[in-house]
Amino acid sequence: MMNRYRGNAEAVRSLIRETEVHRDVYIDDEVFQLEMEHLFANTWVYVGHESQVPNEGDYYGTTVGTQPILMVRHTDGTVRVLHNRCPHKGTRITTETCGNTGKFFRCPYHAWTFRTDGTLRQIPLAKGYEKAGLQDSHAAEGMNPVRHVHNYRGFVFAKLNDVGPGFEEFFGESLSSFDNMVDRSPAGKLQVAGGVFRYMHNCNWKMLVENQTDTCHPMVAHESSAGTAINVWKNAPPGAKKPMAVEIYAPFMAPYDFFEQMGIRVWPNGHGHTGVHHSIHSNYSAIPDYFDKMVAAYGEQRAKAILDENRHNTIYFPNLMIKGPIQLIRLFKPISAHKTLVESWTFRLVDAPDLLLERTLMYNRLINAPTSVVGHDDLEVYERAQEGLKVDANQWVNVGRLYDPAEGTDVTAETNGTTEWQMRNQFRAWSKYMTLSM
Amino acid sequence: MPAVKHVTAPTDQELIDFVLHEARLIDTQRLDEWLGLFAEDGIYWMPLEWGQTDPKLTASLMYEDKLLLTIRIERLKGNRTFSQKPRSRCHHLLQTPQIDKRDEAGNEYVTWTPMHYVETRYDDQQLYAAWATHTLAVIDGKLKIKMKRVDIVNCDAAFGNIQLFM
Repeated sequence: MMNRYRGNAEAVRSLIRETEVHRDVYIDDEVFQLEMEHLFANTWVYVGHESQVPNEGDYYGTTVGTQPILMVRHTDGTVRVLHNRCPHKGTRITTETCGNTGKFFRCPYHAWTFRTDGTLRQIPLAKGYEKAGLQDSHAAEGMNPVRHVHNYRGFVFAKLNDVGPGFEEFFGESLSSFDNMVDRSPAGKLQVAGGVFRYMHNCNWKMLVENQTDTCHPMVAHESSAGTAINVWKNAPPGAKKPMAVEIYAPFMAPYDFFEQMGIRVWPNGHGHTGVHHSIHSNYSAIPDYFDKMVAAYGEQRAKAILDENRHNTIYFPNLMIKGPIQLIRLFKPISAHKTLVESWTFRLVDAPDLLLERTLMYNRLINAPTSVVGHDDLEVYERAQEGLKVDANQWVNVGRLYDPAEGTDVTAETNGTTEWQMRNQFRAWSKYMTLSM
Repeated sequence: MPAVKHVTAPTDQELIDFVLHEARLIDTQRLDEWLGLFAEDGIYWMPLEWGQTDPKLTASLMYEDKLLLTIRIERLKGNRTFSQKPRSRCHHLLQTPQIDKRDEAGNEYVTWTPMHYVETRYDDQQLYAAWATHTLAVIDGKLKIKMKRVDIVNCDAAFGNIQLFM
């Protein structure tokens, strides 16, 4: 049943109420298609990190929404983002996910070539186009560059449409979470490192985004994994040093009180984070030599301020989550209304001890891998929700916890860590950016 | 397989029997017995990267000592382990293990075993192709696993849940 929502901004807005959202935002194919056309085109969507393309000609192919794009280091040293198709027949230009293309891209089908800013360089047997009006055709445009690209401290974002706010306006104060992650490097620099987990989820992408600030689920859904880890560790010999793995698992079982007091901060445009005051990352063991390196780089006061910030999960609306204290980001890539690819990327803090990267990778492996027991707990409840939403008797999902009629839209506020305000914040932004170009 | 007490070095056939028995314990979900096959410092390693050499500064799907393996096995028994309601089942199809290394003086034996592994839950069944490399040692007269390394042929593909042991 298509065309209930296309061209009908009012129908789209009516899916979002103050404290509940209609199931069609998760399970309707037409809504998903409109998300790809509007939401993912009108917002700034994460592409990749500049350390993935350190040298001229280095490229990395990915998607914005469901559209293939690539990020490339142009010959002038800047990072460009191009639509990843040949203007001739549509062939995706990059064959590998990443690599080095030299000074130009060459289409594997008919050998049309393009400079790394996308402009058309050469066509074999070009005289065949002498009377074809090529210069006025779409083909002459080369590989279309994405018009709005911003590199924030190494993190590259793209906005496909002209409408919508500029980068700084869109993200505003939320960029402080990126700042904290980057500042944790004594050199003020991050590098993608260790490899990426790619975990396929049979559920809508928004279920994952909402879960990132859902602080009432860990002690329930993860009792099986984190609770078992705590119980198994109880059998350890007295005085044994708590292993890094147990330090990572155990806080998932913290009581409601811990999560209430950690606090949630919301920002305009759907961004927000858990862990205003503390987080599950606050009590990890110190890494030898790291603090000294930070003091040498920043001075003691500043080093302490950077490391005392222990934000838990920061949502960059629509589909990115970052964890500054452990240098990890998760990108929720929509594939269909019912399918999402979750990519979990890790970073090395340049000039910091290797043990930090080792912990980051252990966290990623224990929590975010397709083989992770914590991941199994979460995916089970997402898939049950995707299934349960077929029930016609109740077509609404509740996001009303700690709702205050005065809370308003597009505000900055700090509040109780078990609120669902950040979920409401996301859906209010969803409604705005879905209908902005309708 | 009866527990063989080794007063001398294991024969090739005993190494082969050990690997086959190990897979059988997993398939029959005798996981406590299976865990007992590992040496105290034994590791189960499933690399993420093709030809991976570094388990700590490169991501792995699994890199687990006995503590982490115990957590997994205990979790599978849990009443609130919802991702195992219903339980998963699995099936190994092994080629005959090949003996890659016999070092009696160093007490190290390495076998290499191509395999197909099926994991199933509800109506879903997934097939994985992999190579298992076992590094074994004789400890207190019994063969034990120092390292079981499982290289999945499409190790870098996007997977759904893998909940049991290959």
